[in-house]
Amino acid sequence: MTSFPPINSVAAHMPERNIDTDAIYPARYLLLMDRDNLGPYLFRDRRFHPDGSPREEFILNREPFSSAQVIVAGAGFGCGSSREQAVWTLTGFGVRCVIAPSFGEIFAGNASKNGLLTIALPEETVQRLGEAAERGARFRVDLEERLLCVDNEQIAVIDIPESTRAALLNGWDETDILLREEREAIAAFETRRGLEQPWLTLER
Amino acid sequence: MGETLYDKLWRSHVIRDYGDGTALLYVDRHLLHEVSTPQSFIAMEKKQRALWRPTANLAVPDHVVSTTDRHLPIPDPLARAQTQRLVENVARHDIPFIPLDDRRQGIVHVIGPEQGFTLPGIVLACGDSHTSTHGAFGCLAFGIGASECGIVMATQSIRQRRARAMRVTITGTRGPFINAKDVALALIARIGANGAAGHAVEYAGPVVSAMSMSERLTLCNMSIEAGARVGLIAPDETTFAYLKGRPMAPKGEMFERAVAYWRTLPSDPDAVFDREIVIDVGDVEPHVTWGTSPEDALPIGARVPYVAADAEPARRERHGRALAYMGLSPGQPLEDIPVDVVFIGSCTNSRIEDLRAAAAVATGRRVAAGVKALVVPGSGLVREQAESEGLARTFLEAGFEWRQPGCSMCVGMNGDTLASGQRSASTSNRNFEGRQGVGGRTHLMSPAMAAAAAITGRLTDVRKLMGTAS
Repeated sequence: MTSFPPINSVAAHMPERNIDTDAIYPARYLLLMDRDNLGPYLFRDRRFHPDGSPREEFILNREPFSSAQVIVAGAGFGCGSSREQAVWTLTGFGVRCVIAPSFGEIFAGNASKNGLLTIALPEETVQRLGEAAERGARFRVDLEERLLCVDNEQIAVIDIPESTRAALLNGWDETDILLREEREAIAAFETRRGLEQPWLTLER
Repeated sequence: MGETLYDKLWRSHVIRDYGDGTALLYVDRHLLHEVSTPQSFIAMEKKQRALWRPTANLAVPDHVVSTTDRHLPIPDPLARAQTQRLVENVARHDIPFIPLDDRRQGIVHVIGPEQGFTLPGIVLACGDSHTSTHGAFGCLAFGIGASECGIVMATQSIRQRRARAMRVTITGTRGPFINAKDVALALIARIGANGAAGHAVEYAGPVVSAMSMSERLTLCNMSIEAGARVGLIAPDETTFAYLKGRPMAPKGEMFERAVAYWRTLPSDPDAVFDREIVIDVGDVEPHVTWGTSPEDALPIGARVPYVAADAEPARRERHGRALAYMGLSPGQPLEDIPVDVVFIGSCTNSRIEDLRAAAAVATGRRVAAGVKALVVPGSGLVREQAESEGLARTFLEAGFEWRQPGCSMCVGMNGDTLASGQRSASTSNRNFEGRQGVGGRTHLMSPAMAAAAAITGRLTDVRKLMGTAS
């Protein structure tokens, strides 16, 4: 049983560059202290009018894209604030994979810890995928096989670090792994560091 | 081949190199605030984990706190509950804490340096993207998410991908009122909001060496707006002088030992950077942003731009969207744009030097009719200092509001917000859609430029107002 079963879905094309985490999850909802069920706040101010009614023209409000598990985005997706809610709201909405030429680094790091796959591909490829997405093409993402296919055409081998892939497939908790495998190494490093740079040790 | 400052910081913190471009790094210090950690604590407690080293942490509420009426409870029940949750979490886990009613309370990136918690040569993490700020001390400081906050608290380590090294060398002679903020905006306009992605940016050159710690912090703070998670400046005499005597900095002989080590950190003369950029500060004008990305920055004398004729569709669409959101037309002179609100504060520009620069412009002048102008010091200590120097009185006499420390209108989640359609001149770091409130329109600039906008009621070249325009 894998934590990341293959995706077979239409994709929503959001070609804009530098879609920031404030747009993905507006700051005022950071007051909520949950991490589950944040889907309703995804792109809140783009997806809904101030009165709460949906903006019909917004891609995630349009069929068939309202159930897209894949987003094809412009460069710099997830730039800005480090808020992990940007990832939780995407997964809460049902998005499991974002394809873009590049990502905000903190966002990408957060994504891999929460079952959201980020795939960085060359600008031209992403543009082509965006056009396919708009046609309603089916995106197949198989992390086990490392394959991204669109309408049965193989587009790319998913190139992410093996550790990230394993974490996504197994749903591993990184802290568990570190405490299990690196506890002694961390402690030894810390002891040596305390001797070499004693000014770093803070007492109460 | 020599090492860069980044190389040295990286190498000295590697617990394990995984051989795939990532390594497990030791984290010396972790700063916490109320917004990015509630979920981290919940996850930790669910697994019954303890903090690896509680004294390596320092917590302070800043994002959601009210900047007025501190004697009253925070009005918003959600913000009040989140602040209270931090109080409970730090008590339960015995984490050093600066409470809301403490005179040291302030923005996490202001109090870290101020308390000497931030030091050269360390790895410092915080659940906030502007953690890049602390790199001004020559430490490896970066923002992390809530899950990573939990990892750092439980393991004192974090797995990171090694960045490429970029050097931004700043040379030349600056004209009057040219501030680190102008340099940062000019750089971001040049390389783009994603232009430094994957890089650790070291700022170097004679202009940086001559900068105060305050300006260096501003420069490193804005690195994330160029896409770089890490900004760096080599520690030097200015750094050491700033740290000497700070409450959490080493003392006496220990300080001397630390300085001896810190002197080994600057990039070696023969170090090679993956990318080099040179900025002649003599060419930098006071900058303001016109759009909804920090890369949409231009000299104040410019006009709202037309989209380039050859721009690709995505760029064209974003340009149009930014203009519509900002309520601007191409060709409009930036100096004609009226503002409703002026915000002087945030982790970018709320230190005493920033307030002095703004007060120098405000002295003997009045905030324009109909403009609401806020000055929000970065910490209680900055506030006290500004009061003792007479800056607070200058602001109040000029018609500015003098607030209590916090993130305030930078982040639009603490009661200080723009109403929809309102336009601000702001010393903060992000002009994203909705950043300062739903429908709010943000123009980023330096403290002196923001103060000038408050006086005239529109975007203004501070050099003209002050009679120093060439």
